[in-house]
Amino acid sequence: MLERIRQLVIKEFIQVLRDARMKAVVFVTPLLQLIMFGYAVTTDVTDITTALYDLDRSYESRELARQLEASGYFTIRYRPDSPGELAMLIERGKALAALQIDRGFGSDLKRGFPTEVQVIVDGTDSNTATVAMDYANRIIARYAQSFDTRAEVQQTAVPGRVDLRTRAWYNPDLRSRNYYVPGVIAIIIMLTGLLLTSMAVVREREIGTMEQLMVTPLRPIELMLGKTIPFAAIGFFDMALVTTVGVFWFSIPIQGSLLLLTGSTAIYLLSVLGFGLFISTVSKTQQQALMATFLFYLPAVLLSGFMFPIDNMPEIIQYATYLNPLRYFLVIIRGVFLKGIGPGILWPQMAALFTLGVVVIAFSSLRFKKRLG
Amino acid sequence: MKLLRVKAIAKKELIQILRDPLSLAMAFLMPVMLLFIFGYAITLDVNNLKTVVYDRDRSSLSRGLVERFSASDYFTVIDHVSEPGAIDAYLDSGRAVLALSVPGDFSRNVLTGKQAEFQVIVDGSDSNTATIALGYVTAVTERYSRELPASTVVPLIETRVRAWYNAELESRNYIVPGLIAVIMAVIAALLTSLTIAREWERGTMEQLISTPVKTPELITGKLVPYFFIGFIDVALSVLMAVFIFSVPLRGSVLLLAALSSLFLFGGLSLGILISIAAKSQLVASQVAMVVTFLPAFLLSGFMYTIANMPPPLQAVTYFIPARYFVTILKGIFLKGSTLPFLVTESLLLAVFGLGVFFLANRKFKKRVA
Repeated sequence: MLERIRQLVIKEFIQVLRDARMKAVVFVTPLLQLIMFGYAVTTDVTDITTALYDLDRSYESRELARQLEASGYFTIRYRPDSPGELAMLIERGKALAALQIDRGFGSDLKRGFPTEVQVIVDGTDSNTATVAMDYANRIIARYAQSFDTRAEVQQTAVPGRVDLRTRAWYNPDLRSRNYYVPGVIAIIIMLTGLLLTSMAVVREREIGTMEQLMVTPLRPIELMLGKTIPFAAIGFFDMALVTTVGVFWFSIPIQGSLLLLTGSTAIYLLSVLGFGLFISTVSKTQQQALMATFLFYLPAVLLSGFMFPIDNMPEIIQYATYLNPLRYFLVIIRGVFLKGIGPGILWPQMAALFTLGVVVIAFSSLRFKKRLG
Repeated sequence: MKLLRVKAIAKKELIQILRDPLSLAMAFLMPVMLLFIFGYAITLDVNNLKTVVYDRDRSSLSRGLVERFSASDYFTVIDHVSEPGAIDAYLDSGRAVLALSVPGDFSRNVLTGKQAEFQVIVDGSDSNTATIALGYVTAVTERYSRELPASTVVPLIETRVRAWYNAELESRNYIVPGLIAVIMAVIAALLTSLTIAREWERGTMEQLISTPVKTPELITGKLVPYFFIGFIDVALSVLMAVFIFSVPLRGSVLLLAALSSLFLFGGLSLGILISIAAKSQLVASQVAMVVTFLPAFLLSGFMYTIANMPPPLQAVTYFIPARYFVTILKGIFLKGSTLPFLVTESLLLAVFGLGVFFLANRKFKKRVA
C-alpha cells in the first residue's frame, strides 16, 4: 500500500512541478500576496485629510487647528472659503473631515465664555468616521482645558476626578499589522490548499484520466492519500515561506513556540485539504470546483474573525462558524504569534480543527468510493 | 469583426453554459448568498465587548462605575474576578477582551477629593477593536466623572459633531455597496477564467482555430453570454441591498447600470486574459482567485483606507478596477453622486477594460499562429 501511495505522490509532484506556471503559482504567489497585503492592511487611522473652514481667523482658532495637526491624526489640506466649497470637498471624497470655527470663537474663549466648534466627518466609512470623531473630540477637549481656569479649580478643590489608566496587552502600540499579518498567512495557506486539492482531483475526472487510475489496483483511500500528500507538502512549504517573511520582513513578533505552530499547521492542512477533497467529490468539472471553492472560501474568510468579530454576528451565523477551519486556526496562529500561549490554552481549537479534518476526510472518502464504484 | 460570427460563438458558449446547470445555478446563487450572509454577519460596530471586572474596592462608588460600563451596549460584564491572575487567564484565552481593575482606595480617593484612578486593560492584538473600545471607555469614564458630586463643570468648547451621508454611522450602509464590488470583481473573473483554458485542455481549441473566426470575434463572443449573467448578478445584488438591507440608493439607477456594465466588461476581459495566459484550468483558477479576491478585498478601499498605504502600494491600487467600482457604488448609493463626480473613475474603468481587452486579443493571436 505504501509503495502505491508513493508512486502516486511522485506522479502528482511531477505533474505540478512540470508546469512552469504552476510552479510560479505555488511558490511565488503566496509571497507576493503576503507582501502586498502586509503593507495594505492597516486599520490605523492617521493622516485624515481635513478641511479647515475658519471664519474666526484669530490666534485661538489657528492654535486649535495647529494642535489638530500636531496630533498626527489630521492633515489640513484644504482651506475652503465658503460652506459650499466645504461641502464639495467632502462630497468628492477629497476631505474626510472638516472643522468649522465660527466668528467669535477666540474672543469667547479668551473671556472664558463657553463656545462651540463644528466637526463634520464623511460617514460613508463608519469605522474611520468613528475613530476620527473620537480623536477630534479629545483634542478639542484638551485644548479647551488649557484655557479653562475653572479646570484648575476643579483639579485641586473639587472631588471626583477619575483618572483612567489604559494599557493594551499583547500589542502595546496597537499596530494593526501585527494582528493582520498572521491572519493573512492563514488565509493564503487556505486558498492554495483548497484550490490545488479540489481542482486537481476533478481534473482527472474531466480529462478522463480518472478511468486510468481506476483500473490500477489503487484503493480509494490510497488514491486520496496520494492526491493529498503532495499538496500537504506544498502547504507546509508555503507556510514556512510566508511565516519567515512575516517575521523577518514585517517584524511580526513570534512570542510562542514554533513547534506548536508547525504541529497546528499540520492539523489545519488536514482540514483544509479535507474540504478541498470534499469539493472535488461534489464537482464534475473544474469550473464547478472553482465556483464551489469560491463559495466556501469567501464566507470562510469573512466569517472567521479575520476582521469582523464573531461575537457581533447573528447567533445562527456564529454557530455556522464552528464549521470553519480558519476560525480555529486564526485563534491559534494569533495566539502563538502575539500572545505566546501554548497548547494548555489552545487545545480546544486544536481538537476542534482535528475533529473537523477527520470528519470531512472520512465523509469525502465515503463519497469518493461510491463514485468510483 | 463580423457580427454573425460573434453571434455564433456567443450561442455556442451559451449552450455550453446551459448544459451545465450546476455552474449556472452557482453563478446566480453566489452573489445572492454571499451578500445575504455578509450583509447580516458583517458589522464593524463594536459592541458587547466581553469584560471582566477586578474590583478591590467593593464600594457603592466602584459598583456605580462598573454599572456604567455594563449599562452601555458596548460592554458586557461576563465575570467578576478576585485576583489579578484571573485577568490574564481571561485575556490569554480570548474569553474577554477588556478588564476593568479598580484599586482598593478608589472610593476613598473620590470622597477625599484626590485623584482616583482605575485601570483598563484591553486585548490589543485586534488593534482596531481595541482603539474603538478605548474610545468608549474614555467616554463612559468622562461621563461618570462629570456626574460625581460637585464636579458639574460644563466644557468650555462644545464640539458638535456631524457625520454626513451616513448619519447613524451604520457600518452596513458602507459595507454592503463595497461588498457588491468585491463579490462582482471575483465573480466576473471566475466566470470567464476557465473558458479559453478549457478549450485548450480538452483539445477543442484546434477545432476553433480551424474555423474562420477571428480573435476579437472569439473573445467578444465568449464575453457576451457572461456579460448577461454578470449583469443579472449586479441587479440582484442591488435589489438586495435596497430591499433587504435598506441601504439608501440616493443616486441614479441608470448611472449605476451603465457604470456596472463598464466594470463588468473589464472584469470579464480580465478573466479571459487569465484564461489565455494560463492555458490550464488549474493555473487559471489559482490566478483568477489571487488577482481578484484579495486585491479587491484589501486594496480597493473597501475596508482599508488607500491613503494610509505606502506610496508604491497606492500606485498598485490604480490597476485594481474594484477600487473605482467601490468609489462608484458608495458614491451612488450613499452620496447620490452624479456622473460629473465620478468621471475620473468611469474613465479609468473604461481604460482598464479596453486595455485588458486588447491585451487579451494580442496575447491570443500569438497562440493561434
